[in-house]
Amino acid sequence: MNLRNIAVVYRKEMRDLLRDRRTLRSMILVPLVFMPLMIQGVARITQAVTSKAMAETAVVQILGGADSPDVTGRLKSDTKLRIEPATQDWKQLIADKKIRAAVKIPDDFDSDLRSGAGGQVTIYNYAGEIRSGFAATELDSFFRNLSGERVRQSLESRGLSVALLKPFTTVHENVAPPEKVAGNRVGGLVPYFIVILCFVGAIYPAVDLTAGEKERGTMETLLCSPLARTEIVLGKFLMVLSCALASVVVACVSMLLSFHFSGLKSGGGTADLGLTHVDPAGVAGVLVLIIPVAVLLSAILLTLGVWARSHREALTYMQPFMFLILVPAVIGMLPGIELNAHYALVPILNLSLACREMLSGVWHSYYLALIFISLSTYAALALALAVRMFNREAVIFRT
Amino acid sequence: MLSRTGREDNLEECLRNLARDCIQFRPKSPPRVISTHLLSKSFFDKKRGEIKAADKVSLEVRPGEIYGLLGANGAGKTTVMRLLATLIAPTSGSATVAGCDVVREPGAVRSRVGFLAASTALYNRLTAREMVTYFGELNGLARREVDIRLERLATELDMHEFLDRRCDGLSTGMKQKTSIARTLVHDPAVMIFDEPTLGLDVMTSRAIVRFVRECRDRGKTVIYSTHMMHEVEKLCDRIGIIHQGRLVAEGTLAELRQRAGVNDMEEVFLKLTGQEGLS
Repeated sequence: MNLRNIAVVYRKEMRDLLRDRRTLRSMILVPLVFMPLMIQGVARITQAVTSKAMAETAVVQILGGADSPDVTGRLKSDTKLRIEPATQDWKQLIADKKIRAAVKIPDDFDSDLRSGAGGQVTIYNYAGEIRSGFAATELDSFFRNLSGERVRQSLESRGLSVALLKPFTTVHENVAPPEKVAGNRVGGLVPYFIVILCFVGAIYPAVDLTAGEKERGTMETLLCSPLARTEIVLGKFLMVLSCALASVVVACVSMLLSFHFSGLKSGGGTADLGLTHVDPAGVAGVLVLIIPVAVLLSAILLTLGVWARSHREALTYMQPFMFLILVPAVIGMLPGIELNAHYALVPILNLSLACREMLSGVWHSYYLALIFISLSTYAALALALAVRMFNREAVIFRT
Repeated sequence: MLSRTGREDNLEECLRNLARDCIQFRPKSPPRVISTHLLSKSFFDKKRGEIKAADKVSLEVRPGEIYGLLGANGAGKTTVMRLLATLIAPTSGSATVAGCDVVREPGAVRSRVGFLAASTALYNRLTAREMVTYFGELNGLARREVDIRLERLATELDMHEFLDRRCDGLSTGMKQKTSIARTLVHDPAVMIFDEPTLGLDVMTSRAIVRFVRECRDRGKTVIYSTHMMHEVEKLCDRIGIIHQGRLVAEGTLAELRQRAGVNDMEEVFLKLTGQEGLS
């Protein structure tokens, strides 16, 4: 095997691909512009919608309560609520978003409250609808305050201290530095994005350099050269790998810069979405693991491309494969899934779990070594398969 | 010491001359640049089972000649050409090209061969210059050497006008010139043409035919596959007729006509492939 020959193929593929707008779009433009735009856009829209919904005065109906003027009066005077007259079709009105929630006051609520006889207040809302949820929360808060007030009055009337209800208080103090909190928050998401970005970056070159060349007739031209097929496929593989890694790097840099300059914050916390305050050691660890993953994905995509007869056929193999490998990435984000020796051998899932741990400052050296070795082994096997496929004339001339 | 007579001296000289002649005179067979012996290639097809694309093909191509491989579509021409260019490996049999074995030294064979086929396309996003340079580099030439050869080829083929234009913007004729320069950049001893005029217009086809002749005139050995009778008539020094993977006849145009007993090349082809009654 001659490294010069591999370099000649690589240089030509680089020049060829950089002149292709589709490659630039998938390798540079998508990760550079669309990914940060999408993430920031979603975050900003969510923030805007939530803020607007929270600021909105909730329109609610009081069902019953005619004999309880005290509580209904207090509800009407709550500035965060706007009470509308009760109607028979209140359920439909909630579903139609005409009103946000309804509250059913039991009979004799005022008098029962005074006597301490109890009773049940029912709050109706439309689950999953954000404004309805806020209205229900507001009503819930109103009645909790009312309940607390009644208890306090009751205790005071008996000469007892309110402190009896709370003999002590508990306070939560976070000892984790912000980067650990941020790392834990985004650790599961990172592999998901890495897999997507590797795909976005590698899929087009992988198809173009293999099935695309078969289709255009340049593969046969290339095979006429004295180069060994292994040298040709390695040159092409390095190009696909470069695109996959470039896509990840471009997206990461772009996202970091955009978060840094936009100052977008998450849900009022002190840590931002996690990309500016992650642990540098964790980032370095993730970068090390990205390499075998990118090799693995690039080699698989190249193999599928070599196998396919045409551009279209290659894409029909690659799209289901993308969903297939996103499954372990999604499983890795689920709560309760912890890294162990078995999961360390499952590709992508192991990356997902390792990233979550590394970015939150947990380093299980044994598992990390196992993950790196297993990912590298899978990557080497995938590359060997790509080389083998390229050397099979039944595959390379499969047109 | 006995004195040597003139007769003895004469005999000695005769023996010396005889010995020299014996050394110089070796039984000579025509040198061969391409030689195949029982070369076979089988493919497996799910529907049709085993297909013998090339079946025990034995042929020889001498230096500086144009050998035409004539056959109908699907006769096995492309398979034989690909076997000679080492794009595919034989199932059995052997072949040497420019002294190199196609199985044991495929890289060496390819470095001595220029392969031009209707199916060998150009990289659309590269310029003609980049395309030729790339193949020069793939053939192990230093960049400076490639530049010198490219300059010479560009002059010979009148390519200067479009040398720095991308291949996707070239006319068919310009593309053919670029392909020719691509095949010649490493100055191969053997040229393999697999139906190079397929789908081309008359003018471009004529240019290709002229180029094939020029290759022979430069001393290159040419093997040329086609299904067009007039091309073999115009071009080829010797012709092999291939049918269903087998080489059914071989010889000069005159020999084939004599063997078939007819003059028209189409008739010759049909007779020798045993398809006379089907025409």
